[in-house]
Amino acid sequence: MTMARNKTMLYTVILAFTFIAPFAFPAYGTQLATLWLMIIVALTWDMTGGQMGYNSLGNIFFYGTGMYVAALISIGQVYDIGDYTNAAGGGIYEFTDAQYFGGLFLGVIGAGIFCSITAVIIGFLTFGLRGPYFAIGTLGVAIAAGELVSNWEWVGGGQGIALPVYPGDLDIGKIFFYFLFATVGVSVFVFVKWLYSTRFGAAINAIRDDEEKADAMGIHTLRYKLITWAMAAFFVGMAGGISAFQLIHFEPLESAYQTINLGIFMVVCVLLGGKGTLWGPVIGAILFHLFKEVTWNYFLGWQWVALGALIVVTVVYFQDGVMGWLMHKRPEWFGIRVEDKAAAEAKVEGRA
Amino acid sequence: MDQILGNLSLLVEFPIVNLKIIIDGVMIGALFVLVAYGLALVWGVMNVKNLAQGDFVISGGYVSWWLVEQGFPALLGVPVAFIVMWGIGWVVYKLVISRVIERDLFTSLLATFGLAIMMAQILNLLFGSDTQSVDLGYDTLFFGDDDLISIPIAKLIGVLMAGTLAVAVIVFMKSSRMGQAIRATAQDARAARVMGIDTEKVYAFTFSLNSAICGAAGAIIVMVWLIQPFYGISYSIRAFVVVTAAGLGNLPGVIAAGLGIGALEQYGAHIFGIGYQQAIAVLLLLLVLFIRLIQQRRNRQVLK
Amino acid sequence: MSSIIEVQGVSKSYGGVVANHEVSLTVKSGTITGLIGPNGSGKTTLFNSIVGYHPIDAGSIQFEGQEISKFPVQKIARLGMLRTFQQTRIYGAMNGVENMLISLPHRKMSIWDALKRNTREDYERADHLLEFVGLYEKRLLKSGDLSFGQQKLLEFAMALMNEPTCLLLDEPTAGINPTLINGLIERLKRANTEFGITLFIIEHNMRVIMNMAESIYCLAHGEMLAHGTPDEIQNDQNVIDAYLGAH
Repeated sequence: MTMARNKTMLYTVILAFTFIAPFAFPAYGTQLATLWLMIIVALTWDMTGGQMGYNSLGNIFFYGTGMYVAALISIGQVYDIGDYTNAAGGGIYEFTDAQYFGGLFLGVIGAGIFCSITAVIIGFLTFGLRGPYFAIGTLGVAIAAGELVSNWEWVGGGQGIALPVYPGDLDIGKIFFYFLFATVGVSVFVFVKWLYSTRFGAAINAIRDDEEKADAMGIHTLRYKLITWAMAAFFVGMAGGISAFQLIHFEPLESAYQTINLGIFMVVCVLLGGKGTLWGPVIGAILFHLFKEVTWNYFLGWQWVALGALIVVTVVYFQDGVMGWLMHKRPEWFGIRVEDKAAAEAKVEGRA
Repeated sequence: MDQILGNLSLLVEFPIVNLKIIIDGVMIGALFVLVAYGLALVWGVMNVKNLAQGDFVISGGYVSWWLVEQGFPALLGVPVAFIVMWGIGWVVYKLVISRVIERDLFTSLLATFGLAIMMAQILNLLFGSDTQSVDLGYDTLFFGDDDLISIPIAKLIGVLMAGTLAVAVIVFMKSSRMGQAIRATAQDARAARVMGIDTEKVYAFTFSLNSAICGAAGAIIVMVWLIQPFYGISYSIRAFVVVTAAGLGNLPGVIAAGLGIGALEQYGAHIFGIGYQQAIAVLLLLLVLFIRLIQQRRNRQVLK
Repeated sequence: MSSIIEVQGVSKSYGGVVANHEVSLTVKSGTITGLIGPNGSGKTTLFNSIVGYHPIDAGSIQFEGQEISKFPVQKIARLGMLRTFQQTRIYGAMNGVENMLISLPHRKMSIWDALKRNTREDYERADHLLEFVGLYEKRLLKSGDLSFGQQKLLEFAMALMNEPTCLLLDEPTAGINPTLINGLIERLKRANTEFGITLFIIEHNMRVIMNMAESIYCLAHGEMLAHGTPDEIQNDQNVIDAYLGAH
């Protein structure tokens, strides 16, 4: 009973902190928003990665696509897109407050839905690939998208798209974006927490552990794979959409389809924190974000090298991540197994 | 769209342009073959899919470029890059690769990806983000009507050097004891160990050899084309396309695929524009993966 | 008694080697049928063909009257025909109960059912079947840590959990301690009589298969050599020669 009470208390505290943070640390508004972005992409990556065994290097595709779809939807409602991108957002294109917020919300939701659909289509084509081929294939999709979009003049080509600035006080704007990201982030967490407790969650774990066996037992593996990726894409797409408005101006290769930045960060976050666990991606995102912020300030110029080194070191030495290490050191905390082993053995003795 | 149709009609009206494209493509393709061979070697022997392959290539290019900047003759760059990259490859093996060989495949992929990021960034910090090349100062040969087909002698030399290196490596693999040990380990590492082969040495040697091959290729590339710290990933992708298309252990296939991709890229650049060159390389990758997948599906298998 | 599996003229080659050549057999519903033959005679290949693991080169395979030779593994499994593996495959990271729960028949679940948690009935059924195979005490241990024999029993229980109409078992007694084999035979028979599951078994252990099967097929060199009751097979000179290697 105390275990459950403790858990509820813990969640309440975290939720409260989430709510208060941007007001308590106004200078860090953007960083906190970025932290939530990291949490979102890490949790969603783990859905197909650590939980289902399909390690994608191309989830960033949904982020970039989400950016573009959200931007296009919001612009397209008011102006002709071709004209807008041609002028590269120079001054003459004004948006009323209603148009801005309406466009933002519609765009973000639309981005999520569009990305879900593309996930199903791409998944159909790529889920026959396993292991490293799936990773390389998805990476290829993300890179190809970036390259093709940067040649597509209608959506701004290599220049990207410039969106309107937040109408109002910019500090309030920071808080606004923080809460957008935090809302999506909390939603993802609550969603996957529930999902992993259902039969669906068990099924995707089975796919991870032995897909051939799952097939042989009649599990609709393709169905589960597509749905899982579609759900992950939904959240990532929304995050991309929000990012578009937060960044105001984004480019196809640097901001949208950033395969070697956010694209790989999401994987490192999960590895650092612990693949296939609920809290792993969250802890990993927090640790990684802290690391990144610190190195940016102190490594001057060598930060990318440090990040690359972090990836290598994490992959080589800390494969199980924080949660994995904890499970090793303190199995009691996760300890249903250890308890029941003792109970099971007691039962055996009882019978004998 | 009109642009594309215009480019296409050019090919039909002037057949000789096709020849130019194919020759250009084959010359670049020769380097792809070298890099792909190295990738296949490491893949086949240690089951490591080296995503940093292209970055080893670019590194070799910079070794040669730096040498030339110091006043050394350009052609010396190739053997020096070979040796220097051998050493770097050995260090990378000991520090990173040796620890991910026994693990699952995603681990080695991710480790080499991290390595790729590191290497590209280090090169960027050391040498700046401008493209570089080394001018050998040789003439160009012209053929065909209106001198449409131009082959710089430097490129020809580059291709010849690539070919020589390739032949040397193949002869080495076939006739030397280490070559045999490598092939044995590739087939069955455990059996090789039982027979007394030091597989650890074989792995280190193989990876260093691959790094050296990449280095030499890079040194050739800097002479006849361009290098830039972030060009690595496209060479990695091309090498993957070749190996996926041809399969491991299929040398003629690797040669055909490498040359073919070189030609296809040139065609693509001609028809769609130079901005699409990267996109074409990646699309080829997806196409090849998809074709292999369909082939497997016929047998109700998947692509592992 | 109707046939539940009808194999006609099935041929399958692998890279030049003919594994099965025009093999035909019938498994009658509700029975226990055996498939024997010396090593390399193509038994597992035939099994793999039947369950849809690979396409066949020629011939027809029917399950409950339906042509299944073009179906993939999942589809056939959802029709009610399951197989166990020679090397025994279970979800090693999960414990026994979890293995059982994931083996609930998904063909009977809608997507909404899949989004729910497992019910008390599910847990009870899992416990009941684990008890049936004698693994109840170990049900909460990580299944990867169980002994080979225990894993085999778990795999069998998982198959039962899936409510199949027909179960193909690939060497169910291989690697099992001889003292435990009787218990396994007992349970296989009960699965057949109590749950009504048709069993089609590849076996090397003659004592086991002669004891259990009503009808036995013998393969040799990829072709069907003989068919009959255990007595007939045991006295068939061709079968004896095949096993002793005479040409």
